[in-house]
Amino acid sequence: MDIERQVIEIIAEQAMIPPEDVHLDSTPESLGIDSLGLVESIFAIEETFDISVPFNANNPEESDFDISSVAQIVAGIKRLKAEQG
Amino acid sequence: MHRVVITGAGTINALASNVPGTMQAMRDGVCGIGPLDFRDTDRLSIRIGGQVHGFTPENHFNRQQLSLYDRFTQFALVAAREAIVQSGLTFDDELAMRTGVILGTAGGGIGTSDDNYRAVYEEGKNRVHPFVVPRLMNSAAASHISMEWNLQGPSFTVSTACASSNHAMAQAFAFVRSGVSPVMITGGSESMLCFGGVKAWEGLRVMSRDACRPFSANRNGMVQGEGAGIFVFEEYEHAKARGADILCEVSGFSMTSDASDIVMPSRDGAVRAMRGALQNAGIDRSEVGYINAHGTGTAANDRTECAAVREIFGSHADALMISSTKSMHGHAIGATGAVELLACIMALRDGVVAPTIGHEQHDPECDLDVVPNEAREARVTVALSNAFAFGGMNAVLALRAV
Repeated sequence: MDIERQVIEIIAEQAMIPPEDVHLDSTPESLGIDSLGLVESIFAIEETFDISVPFNANNPEESDFDISSVAQIVAGIKRLKAEQG
Repeated sequence: MHRVVITGAGTINALASNVPGTMQAMRDGVCGIGPLDFRDTDRLSIRIGGQVHGFTPENHFNRQQLSLYDRFTQFALVAAREAIVQSGLTFDDELAMRTGVILGTAGGGIGTSDDNYRAVYEEGKNRVHPFVVPRLMNSAAASHISMEWNLQGPSFTVSTACASSNHAMAQAFAFVRSGVSPVMITGGSESMLCFGGVKAWEGLRVMSRDACRPFSANRNGMVQGEGAGIFVFEEYEHAKARGADILCEVSGFSMTSDASDIVMPSRDGAVRAMRGALQNAGIDRSEVGYINAHGTGTAANDRTECAAVREIFGSHADALMISSTKSMHGHAIGATGAVELLACIMALRDGVVAPTIGHEQHDPECDLDVVPNEAREARVTVALSNAFAFGGMNAVLALRAV
């Protein structure tokens, strides 16, 4: 399964919506994912891709990991996999 | 000073998943203790407990809730639903602002700690689920009850080992009596029946391998249980004005500290606690018809507790009944006083005194009417509920029929 598909499934599960309703330009807020849900998503991403995500829940904007949209999350994972893989 | 009554009760424990079922089991002298069923019991030397079986969390909570709720929180929420629904209260406006939750627990989310220590130490994982802390914290159950029912008043958790829930309920009683809050949700919850939880207790060598037999000469130790008991404590006039069904009155409490030993009980501390509760409630000792004993089934506790009762009550000690329902549901540690309060309510409201089951041999050092093996019908107007914890922290509640 490609990274994009897996991320969409993780996000959809958190948002409790069908994967078809998650799009690359969706933002966590637009899907109703709160701060705890976001942290849980990051955990699921780390477990799924066996990477360590530099996400700081205190100040998400200043993290070295852009979670502003599904597309940005996918791009971040690809970068981390390249660096850490 | 306000009068305080109980207008709702809820529970889940080894005997049943609600109050009517638990009271029926207590009437019938059912033993809820059996083989433990969880991971790695083959590495335990103690393999029995009062475990809650047949509880399916998915029937009560959604996936997101489950990711945040340790088993002890699940027990508390299920029991709170039963209690609050029975009370008929709805929490909005001023009542919501003033009502709070005070719970007791000894181990909190010990199952969460156990699972995650296993993951990082045994399995070598370097990452744990993000909700480990909000799951394991001792106050999690109180927090989730406050959130589920919109209770915005004073809420916290007390932890005094095996007396936790009695300390919690005594504190809630004091809040309602003094006018801090017209209603408080209180009780306790515990879920220590996991590998680490039982392994720790094994170390003390006070656990029975076969049964909990309080006051019986052949008793050989305590048996752990688990579960929750949650109650609605309400100011009497508030309850009366809305026509609530009153289960019984809470009339006084006492807390004492032995200040002597971290595990051995003290007769003097127990005497002062029971006597203090009677004084606090304005009850003459001759009125006491039933004592729900701490009655752990250890040699030391039962002997000491009986001596304390004898010292306080003198010849009236032969006229009252004292039983330990731990023989049926096990020692639910920080929740035990809350589960056992149900036996007091049953005695006061229904006139049925729960038995001490597993009683096989008379012990001259426990020479009281311990209601052996069979429940008894009796008119009881005043009951005491004892909790004497490790570390010598004692809390006794005095209750009266309404």
